[in-house]
This record gives sequence, structure tokens and C-alpha cells, in this order.
Amino acid sequence: MGKKTPAINSSSTADIAFLLLCYFLMTTTMGSQTGLSRRLPPMPEKDQKLEDQKVNRRNIVIVRINSNDRIFAGSEPIDITLLKDKIKEFLTNPSDDPNLPEKEAKEIEGYGTVQVSKGVVSLQNDRGTSYQSYIAVQNELVKAVNELRDEFSRRNFGKKFSLLDEDKQDIVKKAVPQNISEAEPKDIGKKK
Amino acid sequence: MSKFGGSNNKKEVPAMSSGSLSDIVFMLLFFFMVTTQMRETENKVIVKVPEASEVVKLERKDLASYINIGSPTRQYQAQYGTEPRIQLNDSFKTVDDIRDFIAAERESKSEADRQFMTVNIRADQDVRMGIITDVKQELRRCSALKIMYTARKAE
Repeated sequence: MGKKTPAINSSSTADIAFLLLCYFLMTTTMGSQTGLSRRLPPMPEKDQKLEDQKVNRRNIVIVRINSNDRIFAGSEPIDITLLKDKIKEFLTNPSDDPNLPEKEAKEIEGYGTVQVSKGVVSLQNDRGTSYQSYIAVQNELVKAVNELRDEFSRRNFGKKFSLLDEDKQDIVKKAVPQNISEAEPKDIGKKK
Repeated sequence: MSKFGGSNNKKEVPAMSSGSLSDIVFMLLFFFMVTTQMRETENKVIVKVPEASEVVKLERKDLASYINIGSPTRQYQAQYGTEPRIQLNDSFKTVDDIRDFIAAERESKSEADRQFMTVNIRADQDVRMGIITDVKQELRRCSALKIMYTARKAE
């Protein structure tokens, strides 16, 4: 006859689990990292002339933020709430204005020919610009492009851009490119 | 006789079984273990990231390297002042150290993934663009061109 083994007292497992839980709560972060993704232009070669990259004047809009966080689009000051519409108008050029960027018929694989705008948004900032307003402007630029992409995909596929499958997203991306360039830094206002 | 107004029937409430308590806590524990990640470095600078509405999620967390920019936290202010500084890994660095940092980060990723390496710039919303421009120029020089400005989602 074997002796009955006494049951292990399990009331402390809860405490042990709580301890472990607290440990993980303290040492880990919940972080799902989010942000604005960008691609920097490669450094120009030393012997390369800057003139090579010259774009037709009508195809470029320069968005400038000065050291007092004032925003200029082209040459006139503009409020940040109006910037998005201005950029959208610039990129679509609905009335074929000769001062706004030209369009180019482009063959996109799996879709057909689309009129693709050649417009480039160039973002310039000053050393004294605050990071917050820089990100706010970047955000507006991305928003303008995203809304154009949404409009395009609604027109052609009847769905929002984010709901399309990957191939169709690629088509839309090619039809509405995100041409935001971050220009060479300029030192204008001296403000630390 | 009413159920609630019972005056003299002393029924004892049975003790609550705590046997399932540990299971519940373990479930919580597993939830946190799965959804969180280990904090790799200690923050030595104060970073309050700016808000943006068009943020996208970082695709490959394992391929990201972080550059923190902000004022030193209070315990380091006596030593380093309050001017915004760059923190790489666990220490304060200058712009010139970014080159080595990027090289080391590249080395640590597998060969096939190197081209997808993303440099996350976690900068405080109150820093000036000067320091960030310097960092960006240095990143261009090291041809680490895929960057991300960390921002939190605005509602």
C-alpha cells in the first residue's frame, strides 16, 4: 500500500505569477512604433554639377519654413491649414494652368496609361525651425498625397487606397507619386 | 419570508474559490509577454515626440536603429546642460559618432536585410531643426537613406 502524496499547496502560484507579471510590466514597452517614413536623397558626388538636377521651374514648388515657423509656399506666406489644398492643386493641376506642373502620359503595368504629374514639392527649412512645425508641414504634405491617392483609387477601383490589395496599391503609387524632396540645408536666420 | 430581509436564518457564504486566480494572472502575463518588447536602452534624453495624423507603422522592428535627440534628463543636466543632445545606444554622442554607430548597426543585421535598415529619428518636439539637419546630412554621407521621423498618432 502506497502512502497518499499530499496535494501541493497551490495558493502561492498566483503570487508568483503576479511577480512575473510585474517584472514584465516594468521592463518592457508597449511600443508600436509609428512615424513618417522618408527617403533621403543620396549625397551628390563632388564633381557632379548642381545644374544636372535642375527641374523645370513650373514643376517645382518650394515650401519654406523660416526660423519663426512661418510657412511660405512659393513666395507668399501661407497658413498651415491651407497648405494641403494648395499642394493638392499643385499636384493635380486641374485646369492645365501653364504655371502649374506639366503632366506626362505614363504606361503603368497592369493598368494602362495615366497622366502622371511631374510636380515636385521641395521642403526647405532653417536651422532655427522647430521640429514640431517641421513635422506638421511634413504631415500636411503626406496628407495631400494620401488624399490624392484615395481619390484616384476611389475613381478607378471604387475603394479606399488602404483597402486595396498590394498590386493595386502599387499601381496607385505609381500614378500618384510622392515626390517630396528635402533640399540641401540653407543657413538663413541665425537663431539658436 | 423575503429573501433579503432574512433576520435569523444564518446561511454561511461559501468561500470564494481562488484556484482559477493563478490561471487568470498567467493569462495576463502571457498577454503582456506577447504584445510588449524588451526595452533595450535607457532614455537619457527627454523625448516628447510630435503629433502627426498620417503616421505609418514601422514594418520591421528588428531592422530599426534609433537616434534620440532631446534635452538630457534631470539627472544628467548637471553634467551635460540642457542643450539638446544626441543619444546613441546608451550614451551621449556627437554628430561625428553617427558614422560609427551606423556602421556598427549595419554589421549587426544580416546581409540580406541591410538594405531595409531604417533609422528612426526620435526627436523632441521642441528641438530646433539645426541639429536634425546635421544628423540628416551625416546619415546621407553614410548612405543610410531610409529614415523615419517618429511621431505619435493624433486623433
